[in-house]
Amino acid sequence: MLSMFLAPEIKEAAKAVVSNAAAAAPAVPAAAPVSVPKLPPLETANSWAMPTEASTFAESTDNLYYFITALSVIFFVLIIGAMLYFMKKYARRSEDQKTSSLTHNGKIEFLWSAIPAVLLVVIFAWGEIDWIKQTSPPPDAIDIRVTGRQWYWQVDYPDYPGVTLTSSTEEPLITMMVPKGRPVRLIMTSEDVLHSFYVPAFRVKKDLVPGRYTTLWFEATKVGEFNIFCAEYCGDRHSSMGGVIKVLEPDSFEAALREAAKLEQKPVESAADFGKRIYTRRGCVACHTLDGSAATGPSWKGLYGKEESLVGGETLKVDDNYIKESILQPKAKIVAGYTAANMPSYQGQLDDKQITAVIEFIKTQK
Amino acid sequence: MVTADKSSSPGGDHAREPSFYTSQKGLKSWLFTLDHKRLGMMYLVSTMIFFFVGGVAALSLRTELLTPELDVFSATTYNKLFTVHGAVMVFLVIIPSVPGAMGNFLLPLMLGAKDVAFPRLNLLSFYIYTLGAVFFLITLLTGSLDTGWTFYTPYSTSTGTAVISATFGAFILGFSSILTGLNFLVTVHKMRAPGLTWNRLPLFVWAIYSTAVIQILATPVLAITLMLLIIERTLNIGIFDPAMGGDPVLFQHFFWFYSHPAVYIMILPGFGIISELVAVHSRKHIFGYKAIALSSVAIAIISFLVWGHHMFVSGQSELAGVVFSFLTFAVAVPTAIKVFSWVATLYKGSIEFNTPMLYALAFLFTFTIGGLTGVFLGALSVDIHLHDTYFVVAHFHYVMMGGTIIAFIGGIHHWWGKMTGRMFNETHGRWGCLLVFIGFNVTFFSQFLVGQQGMPRRYATYVPQFQNIHVISTIGSYILGVGLLWTAIYLLRSLKSGAQASDNPYGGASLEWITQSPPIEHNFHGQPRVDTDPYNFPQIDRSGGMDHH
Ligand code: HEC
Ligand code: HEM
Ligand SMILES: [Cu+2]
Ligand SMILES: [Cu+2]
Repeated sequence: MLSMFLAPEIKEAAKAVVSNAAAAAPAVPAAAPVSVPKLPPLETANSWAMPTEASTFAESTDNLYYFITALSVIFFVLIIGAMLYFMKKYARRSEDQKTSSLTHNGKIEFLWSAIPAVLLVVIFAWGEIDWIKQTSPPPDAIDIRVTGRQWYWQVDYPDYPGVTLTSSTEEPLITMMVPKGRPVRLIMTSEDVLHSFYVPAFRVKKDLVPGRYTTLWFEATKVGEFNIFCAEYCGDRHSSMGGVIKVLEPDSFEAALREAAKLEQKPVESAADFGKRIYTRRGCVACHTLDGSAATGPSWKGLYGKEESLVGGETLKVDDNYIKESILQPKAKIVAGYTAANMPSYQGQLDDKQITAVIEFIKTQK
Repeated sequence: MVTADKSSSPGGDHAREPSFYTSQKGLKSWLFTLDHKRLGMMYLVSTMIFFFVGGVAALSLRTELLTPELDVFSATTYNKLFTVHGAVMVFLVIIPSVPGAMGNFLLPLMLGAKDVAFPRLNLLSFYIYTLGAVFFLITLLTGSLDTGWTFYTPYSTSTGTAVISATFGAFILGFSSILTGLNFLVTVHKMRAPGLTWNRLPLFVWAIYSTAVIQILATPVLAITLMLLIIERTLNIGIFDPAMGGDPVLFQHFFWFYSHPAVYIMILPGFGIISELVAVHSRKHIFGYKAIALSSVAIAIISFLVWGHHMFVSGQSELAGVVFSFLTFAVAVPTAIKVFSWVATLYKGSIEFNTPMLYALAFLFTFTIGGLTGVFLGALSVDIHLHDTYFVVAHFHYVMMGGTIIAFIGGIHHWWGKMTGRMFNETHGRWGCLLVFIGFNVTFFSQFLVGQQGMPRRYATYVPQFQNIHVISTIGSYILGVGLLWTAIYLLRSLKSGAQASDNPYGGASLEWITQSPPIEHNFHGQPRVDTDPYNFPQIDRSGGMDHH
């Protein structure tokens, strides 16, 4: 509906307005570039309706949503209808037009307090019953661990050791895979600030809080790819902290998951190209840029072979060993101007071959 | 009817006296004034300046959102802009606007008093407000704050931006709010004219009174929270920051313990204005006086018990979620009662469609939508989906902009003649109201749709399929901006070229209308006396006997 009546020309016009505004806006120092997460379409046919229903919660949530919408429309029409009617009927026609001496009416006042009160209790109870369901994961749920960092998600599968997926602010990556028709429980935490894991198609959302675990569960009902958004403001690239959740048939789930998580050098691929894939697929991209601008971590541009100054005043020349140590024990040597707390250790997550590939990739960043 | 010892109507037994503007002259007479009317005008001017600043930020944000990509600003600048916008609008505009400007100007007049109970304290409040505002604004503009107006930890304690000075600014502003509340509370208790019993108070006074209670009780909590934040950042004592053993969710509890009651600090005075406007311009006794007055008090009390509805997905306990949801619905009932009573007041009235009344009717339309969408958010399962999306953005703009600001603009028009002595051009006023009404609804109604589809708030970029609705919303915001600018222009022009205002241009029956426009320095000649309630208009048909409680 709405999405149809805006023709491409309007988007062109919008583009023209912003580029004029951009020319007029004061020049800002180029911060790290922020890209739009290129995510799959939301599959909403209609702007007036809720998004696709793809979990067992969605239908009941939507029914309550439509129920409240219907009640709201009824009340709105009654209130505003009465207002418009009175406006027409009792418009002032002469200066000394007489008005009624009515000041109150106990019966009506009781009714218009009691009727909304009863309806509100019904809405409360409905919302509450569904909420209790949403906060009680069944015991046979598959556990998945989610870690939020500025600005990407890391998803680990305790049942499949070594399987890790991450999101990327640069590319749409499969961030999480779940089987259809099986309950899944997410055990989530954050390593820096608050984030919030939100999948509109599932109607689920929960904050990730540093220093504690929060849980969220759902059961997907539709095969396909759906958006993940971060819904709690978390800084610069909050709006790019998206991801893709892929729902698969249960029998193809495990194989597809292992395939997606596999990060091996392809026969035709150079070590540096493989390193680049690791760079995007293991989250390095979230903190290290390639264009020289500083982000959470130092840029990789011109890193290899340069004199790096460390916290404490020492300097050293960046070589293979230093890079390897930085990846496995980030706290060992800390680059001046940064905090080691921000760089996660990749001990046990990247093997020697992968680290070598990353080093080869860094070497190409001159 | 209300009477003064000596008549003060023009053509009465004495000539017009100099107004409070002209009775004393010079900059010093303004800077050290103890006159509640001058202070009210000064609040009006400063809140309007801040409204302009917040508005420019808002239009910049909307322009960036014309396309899914970043093209006008960097993400950092976008984040700073929405912080400036939200913080300025909440702390410098909505909270002080109606109590500071209309409350100061009107409260003593409506009570038949010469001034507020503590005029010096009133001047102090104004200076604390100015100091806090300047401090706050400098930090926002130079200190590059990017946490949003909510200052959530641990982002606010880890970012390199000027959180301490901004929160300190809010802390100072809080003191001004507390002192003003205290002053008004005592004024209502102690300064009422003879015969002005509690049942005869104009509903605007009831609203300001309930607001004062919340200001006094809730604002200290904000001050304490911000103090704790400052202590954490300067002394490195872990209170909210998990890295130091603190609890970030605790901050949210503290914050909303203040900020939910604060949303009623923002709306109750608006309710008060609407009660006056609806009754006066339909020359009808307000329907359900007691219900409206007491529902303000009920809202003031319950509003302290619903803060957790902002935290349904924060990881607070399930039981807390259930209790807070229930109590949230409990606030909806008194709110609904008010709306029904205003509409019922129109019944068998004599309705004049002048600019103030058009704003009051626009308020009924927009606030009803704002209130009804609050019900969606109070329902636990539905809120999980809608929380922190544009649906919430639309909801609170419908109540704060569509409620408080629309009521405020209506009030400014209603009392413009009283405050400035000049009348604005009615035709210009009606056009302005139409533009504001259309612009507002186009801007914010569309945001319900994009929010319900899952567009999170505080996003500088977004997925392309939301673009259509964002373009519509931005067009609406330009219309709204034009409407507001237009309104500012004709109001300012009326100061020079507007017709002289009569003492009672709309036939109001409360005490502010018996004095001269603009009022004399001491408000009234002699002591006004009251022997009936403020909605007892001469046009009311008493042939069947007055229906009295
Ligand atoms: C959450 C942010 C973050 C992520 C993700 C991250 N890093 Fe880092 N990284 C940092 C920070 C901060 C520093 C600087 C502090 C330090 O030296 O420990 C750093 C330092 C480094 C250094 C030393 C750089 C220099 O200038 O001396 C290397 C090499 C490095 N990281 C490699 C990686 C690799 C490889 C990955 C991905 C597998 C990665 N990082 C992922 C934040 C991150
Ligand atoms: C019928 C009455 C109302 C109900 C039931 C209601 C309910 C709610 C709920 C449940 C939320 C939290 C939504 C979320 O974050 O997920 C909310 C947010 C909000 N409401 Fe209301 N509300 C009502 C009226 C008002 C009024 C009168 C105001 C102010 C004048 C107001 C201002 C706000 C604000 C500012 C927020 C969002 C704050 C933020 O996150 O920045 N609401 N409302
Ligand atoms: Cu975020
Ligand atoms: Cu609230």
